[in-house]
Amino acid sequence: MKHLLSIDDVDADEIRSLLDLAEGFVEVLGRDVPKVPTLRGRTIALLFYENSTRTRLSFDRAAKALSADVLTFTTGGSSVSKGESLKDTALTLQAMGPDLMVVRHGAAGAPWRVAEWTGLPVVNAGDGAHQHPTQALLDVLTVRRHFGNVAGIRAAIVGDIRHSRVARSTAGALVALGASVTLVAPRTLLPVDLSGWGVSTADSLDEVLEDLDVVYLLRIQQERGGGDVFPSIAEYVGRFGLTRARAARLRPDAVVMHPGPMNRGVEIDPAVADGSRALVTQQVANGIAVRMAVLFRLLAGRVAP
Amino acid sequence: MDAEYVERAVRRIGHEIVERHAGADDVVLVGIHTRGVPLARRIAAAITSIEGTAVPVGELDIGLYRDDLSTRPTPRLARTHVPTDLAGRTAILVDDVLFTGRTIRAALDAVSDLGRPDRIELAVLVDRGHRQLPIRPDYVGKNLPTAPNQRVSVRVDAVDGEAGVWIEDE
Amino acid sequence: MIISGGSVVTEGGVVETDVRIEGGRIVEVGVALEGGERFEAAGCWVGPGFVDLHAHLREPGQEWKEDIRSGQEAAAAGGFTTVVAMPNTDPPIDSGHVADHVRRSDGVEVVPAGCLTLRREGGRLAHLDDLWESGVRVFTDDGDTVADAGLLRRAMEYLAQLGGMVAQHAEDPGLARGGHMHEGAVSSRLGITGLPAVAEEVIVARDLRLVEFTGCRYHVQHVSTAGTVELVRQAKGAGLPVSAEVAPHHLVFDHRSVESMDPVFKMYPPLRTPEDVAALRAALAEGIIDCVATDHAPHSAHEKDVPFEDAPRGVIGLETAASAVHAALDLPPQDFFDRMADAPRRLLGRDPHRVVAGAPADVVVFDPVAVWTATTFRSRSENSPWKGMEMRGAVRLTIAGGAVVFEGEQRD
Repeated sequence: MKHLLSIDDVDADEIRSLLDLAEGFVEVLGRDVPKVPTLRGRTIALLFYENSTRTRLSFDRAAKALSADVLTFTTGGSSVSKGESLKDTALTLQAMGPDLMVVRHGAAGAPWRVAEWTGLPVVNAGDGAHQHPTQALLDVLTVRRHFGNVAGIRAAIVGDIRHSRVARSTAGALVALGASVTLVAPRTLLPVDLSGWGVSTADSLDEVLEDLDVVYLLRIQQERGGGDVFPSIAEYVGRFGLTRARAARLRPDAVVMHPGPMNRGVEIDPAVADGSRALVTQQVANGIAVRMAVLFRLLAGRVAP
Repeated sequence: MDAEYVERAVRRIGHEIVERHAGADDVVLVGIHTRGVPLARRIAAAITSIEGTAVPVGELDIGLYRDDLSTRPTPRLARTHVPTDLAGRTAILVDDVLFTGRTIRAALDAVSDLGRPDRIELAVLVDRGHRQLPIRPDYVGKNLPTAPNQRVSVRVDAVDGEAGVWIEDE
Repeated sequence: MIISGGSVVTEGGVVETDVRIEGGRIVEVGVALEGGERFEAAGCWVGPGFVDLHAHLREPGQEWKEDIRSGQEAAAAGGFTTVVAMPNTDPPIDSGHVADHVRRSDGVEVVPAGCLTLRREGGRLAHLDDLWESGVRVFTDDGDTVADAGLLRRAMEYLAQLGGMVAQHAEDPGLARGGHMHEGAVSSRLGITGLPAVAEEVIVARDLRLVEFTGCRYHVQHVSTAGTVELVRQAKGAGLPVSAEVAPHHLVFDHRSVESMDPVFKMYPPLRTPEDVAALRAALAEGIIDCVATDHAPHSAHEKDVPFEDAPRGVIGLETAASAVHAALDLPPQDFFDRMADAPRRLLGRDPHRVVAGAPADVVVFDPVAVWTATTFRSRSENSPWKGMEMRGAVRLTIAGGAVVFEGEQRD
């Protein structure tokens, strides 16, 4: 495995193997000294074109817990404002000698291009609305650690599926491991053609609420509430929001997940967000272990330059 | 070495540990995956039958500490867990074969990340020579001179369903 | 020179015969001609030079992508002896003097098309009379749609009186908003905002009603959907003065190529479904779609070497068109030359060229069997989806206005 670009490129056995590896790193992160020397002397470059403190910090933490060095490039007051192309930025970073690049960009396919231009192993940290494979891995790890398995779990992903790379990746990983996935969204926020996804759809949260093990909420972007895809936030919450009343109707052992950051009061009621059903902090912790596993898998066993 | 020989060597090592430490109260056995772990358990059982005390057994996967990652395929990680605090105790690393010493070097780093034992010792079933680092065992089942291109396989019941030591030419 | 031993495509059929060209005209067609330079054309088709109704030559204004000279060379390599240059240049061809600058008659003929609206802003009519006086007969805001039906109606009425042709780039702005590729199963998987087929079809459907209303000649540019084919079929069945073109890439590639997210597959209209490709092929074979037009759209390497969503739309096509169409459809030679040469010439208001004594010497020699790889291009840009691909069928010789403008051995 040279790159991790899309969860669709990773088969079920490989996903399970990465999750097993991540479990080992959960143990490392639990130690007094949560660090191992495995990637000492290696450098990991973070090429982040989209503002994303959480994902970037998670990768940074994961790299350092493996004793690797980190080179970070973010936009904002950088050469990008002077018109430097992605290609030139990638090649400039490469000239500083990293062993691997983690790329987040607003346009689908950007990490594939960076892989072509640099020849380095690339981890996709989010490209447009397309893929976010490490998010998918940390989500299924969280489900597995909580329930003991992923196969047979009934999950619903709620929100702006059409524009969500998290939805695409996490649905893909859940389905690959045998979970059943329902997408819940207004039609204007569903992809036009779901053939081959292996998922079902529902027109409201009430329709599926009582049979779920996992409610996975996506952030509803306030910017999209401009009357273009749904009439108003209030009307969205009416059909799709996880209100306190809806949360009360969930099965007793059902859990709530969210990739963050949460819009309290929009897709999720604040009390529910802070409640015991929410696995959001576990997701964040598991994210570091998963990213350590990915970095380890891609770099251990490679000839050092 | 056949199964009986292995069993005798394990018992002898148990005796040596008890003798050197005047009992086994401060001893923790830490088996190095894969075969060091069942060996550590058997040594612990031997000590229990000699002294009556229970000896804690930990397991250690050194996959994250190797210095030769670039030349081997990516290993699967096994469990790393030590059931007691190492502070104030002697940690005895247990492995099946001592060869270049690199595995033990990695294990020394790993144990230091798990805690601060007062002392670290090393017990191996077979020492086949050809050290590349200044590492020496404290307890040895058998010294087995070999050529570098020969392969020494240790099999233990828990892992392989049989016990013994074989030398094969590569 | 004498083109010897080729299969000449005539009105009556295909005849193996020689062709003598002298002084800019075909002077003799017959067997065993002697005297002068010889070009051996055994096994090749010999017919009228191809005509492209739709190419972006980027001059004036964007000469780093292409200029008229390099465009002529690319056209010649593709067997084209006449090219209609699209008016979305900078400044755009919305008045006579820019048209005059673009027109060429030395070597490959370059015929300027004119804008429908001033500065292509879609607000008011371009200098239609001025353009007409300069010889412009095809009017389009290509690159953009004339979305205001009221303005389009006025332009159609005006041009109907003059006898001009309105060519429409059909892309409804609202339906197409934010789209980068065909809206369908692939765009859903990639999370890339798509352009639904209806974005093209609603404009064509609306425009055809206006054609009925105004009687103006109307040409559908770059047809890409089965739905548009049906609209054109119905309009022709009703006797409306409608014509249509298709680009070679829409006959060969579909939206699955975009799974690679390589911007070389990004153009408007986008690559659509395999069902659309099949419908377009059948329509071109049948003649519902009149002709092939390349929509040659050069962009420099640094402009296309970016993530898919950030890349400009367009691919080049002059040099690969004939081979691509031949390999995709395997049309018999008379139909092949009709779609590549005769039909577009008629749409320009001209008589088709025949390879007969006395006719102008715009001739192409095409080898239907030759195999070559598209590695280098005469165009300034190389944004071709065929780059590196093996092509079947090759232009061996192109003569424009009696002068040899391309000779085949130069190809790799």
